[in-house]
Amino acid sequence: MIDWLQHAPIYPIAVPLIAGAAMLLLADTRRGTRAAIALASCLAQLAAAIALLALAAGAGGVWPDGIGVYLPGDWPAPFGIVLVVDRLAAIMLGLTAVLGLASLIYSLARWDRLGVHFHSLFQFLLMGLNGAFLTGDLFNLFVFFEVLLAASYGLLLHGSGVARVSAGLQYIAVNLVASFLLLISIALIYGVAGTLNLADLAVRAGTLRGSERLLFEAGAAVLGLAFLVKAGAWPLNFWLVRGYGSASAPVAAVFSVMTKVGIYALLRIGSLLLPTGAPAAFSLDWMFAAGLATLVFGAIGLLATQQLEQLVGYCVIISAGTLLTALGMPGVTLTGPALFYLLSSVLTTGAFFMLVELIERTRTFGANVLAVTMDMFDLDDPETPNRSDDVVGVAIPAAMAFLGLAFVACALLVTGLPPLSGFVAKFSLLSAAVTAANASLQPADAWILVAVVLASGLAGIVAFGRAGIRIFWSADERSTPRLRVSEAGPVAVLILLCVGLAAGAGPVSAYLDDAARALDQPAQYIDAVLSARTARPLESH
Amino acid sequence: MELIYAAAIGVLAGSGVWLILRPRTFQVIMGLTLVSYAVNLFIFGMGRLTVGRPPIVDASVAPDPAALADPLPQALVLTAIVIGFATTALFLVVLLASRGLTGTDHVDGRESES
Repeated sequence: MIDWLQHAPIYPIAVPLIAGAAMLLLADTRRGTRAAIALASCLAQLAAAIALLALAAGAGGVWPDGIGVYLPGDWPAPFGIVLVVDRLAAIMLGLTAVLGLASLIYSLARWDRLGVHFHSLFQFLLMGLNGAFLTGDLFNLFVFFEVLLAASYGLLLHGSGVARVSAGLQYIAVNLVASFLLLISIALIYGVAGTLNLADLAVRAGTLRGSERLLFEAGAAVLGLAFLVKAGAWPLNFWLVRGYGSASAPVAAVFSVMTKVGIYALLRIGSLLLPTGAPAAFSLDWMFAAGLATLVFGAIGLLATQQLEQLVGYCVIISAGTLLTALGMPGVTLTGPALFYLLSSVLTTGAFFMLVELIERTRTFGANVLAVTMDMFDLDDPETPNRSDDVVGVAIPAAMAFLGLAFVACALLVTGLPPLSGFVAKFSLLSAAVTAANASLQPADAWILVAVVLASGLAGIVAFGRAGIRIFWSADERSTPRLRVSEAGPVAVLILLCVGLAAGAGPVSAYLDDAARALDQPAQYIDAVLSARTARPLESH
Repeated sequence: MELIYAAAIGVLAGSGVWLILRPRTFQVIMGLTLVSYAVNLFIFGMGRLTVGRPPIVDASVAPDPAALADPLPQALVLTAIVIGFATTALFLVVLLASRGLTGTDHVDGRESES
């Protein structure tokens, strides 16, 4: 009898891998079977993520200190591959599973039929995301990054068209270069430290001296650079808005968790390296400065842009900027609220990307561009086969009312106005910052954070107010679209989840604060990984 | 040997970076390929350059670490080559699709106005 719970950490990787591979074997015509497999896989991942969340909180006493270590090859830690689950990893897994399921249901309405192998690529993307959150060593982090990127290249091009292909070209080029940076840094770090296991690396980094330490710092700086590219930090994020904006809606929705992989990697490795003196890019000053610049860039972009998809793209950038700024503050007080903000903002941007596509259906071409701009560039209505309105299936009533309410909810969530979870997130973030300022850790930094976060919120209010007025009030040539339950449903569920986050803010924050405290004590993580026991006793020679 | 090796990596990476910054997609893909060669050589070099040392332990004699090369960078470089090759091949397809759809090989999908 296999102890199923003992193998729980491998499910989020194995399930989408097997499901994705199995769907490759099915003929393209068997859509029902494919959709069923994809749905089953996503539900299984959600179940696994919930189980891991409970286990990491100490349920059942399987992992008493909240850190589960899984040895896939049954070799002890510094030599073999390890998967590590702690609260932070479990939270990210849960977030990915929820967003993945919502996007998948949305895509079943019609997006999955626009190209080949949508479901397989989607599962591989989820596998890469889950793997990147779980892995305990640097090279596997690279491999899972590549898995998720390779899948994302395919998904970005899904549906084809000039805009997607030329945006995809730039997206792929930038990410290939970032991957090379990652490889260079991994090689450098291995060259001096002699290990790629994160826990072992945290120990050995402290023993490096002189020129070796310098080389290690250089390697870590390149590593941080690669992660900042993925996280969408200014000035490494010019690929993001165009790439995400031109992706098909369900793909863009699931992409909104992808930038958070970079943040997660920075947070994880930064927390492990901090006790021995964090190298540049993982050090707080750099993250703080990069975060501020990203926030300002995102806010300006929000005000400048007119297309809804790009508006949401800038929201992703603002979210990354806020997170980097908050994580760049010293101490652990801001980490918990930052994680809450991460949850809320990912769910929101995910819902928003899908909502935008529904809203776009109401308008005739060009309504989103100023009339002057249209004349200037002599734009014509291109063929838009992706936006046909021939809806089959159950439509929901009061479509316009739903779209309007959902838009208002998303705008409130993004800008952080009450009463939804965006407000709770920003309020706890700002109150923690003010507390830090009063404790005179770095008062200037804390006040700068408060000011810039508030200003970016104001920019958001202006931008969304303008967009909302243009879309819903000054509508002349608008048709009321017919929305299917399977399209409106996921958007509604994601927004309701944000409502739930706000309602259950107490227990959720408590969990996140625990995760933040665990990050502040990397010794526990290191001990857990390095003392992990193999299933079979090692033979001694 | 170290000097030649380092110079080779430098030349490859330098040419690659210059080509990546060029406006034509073909130049970009050549640049990416050159950079990937440089990176692969670099990973290999991080296992230290040695001559005549196998990376495989002979089970019949007691292993002597001084007589063995570090096998890990070699394994890493294999993985990196495979992944780099696959993603570059994918990029080539996208490049051709972009050329076909936009009618130009400029990375922006349209010629710059100059």
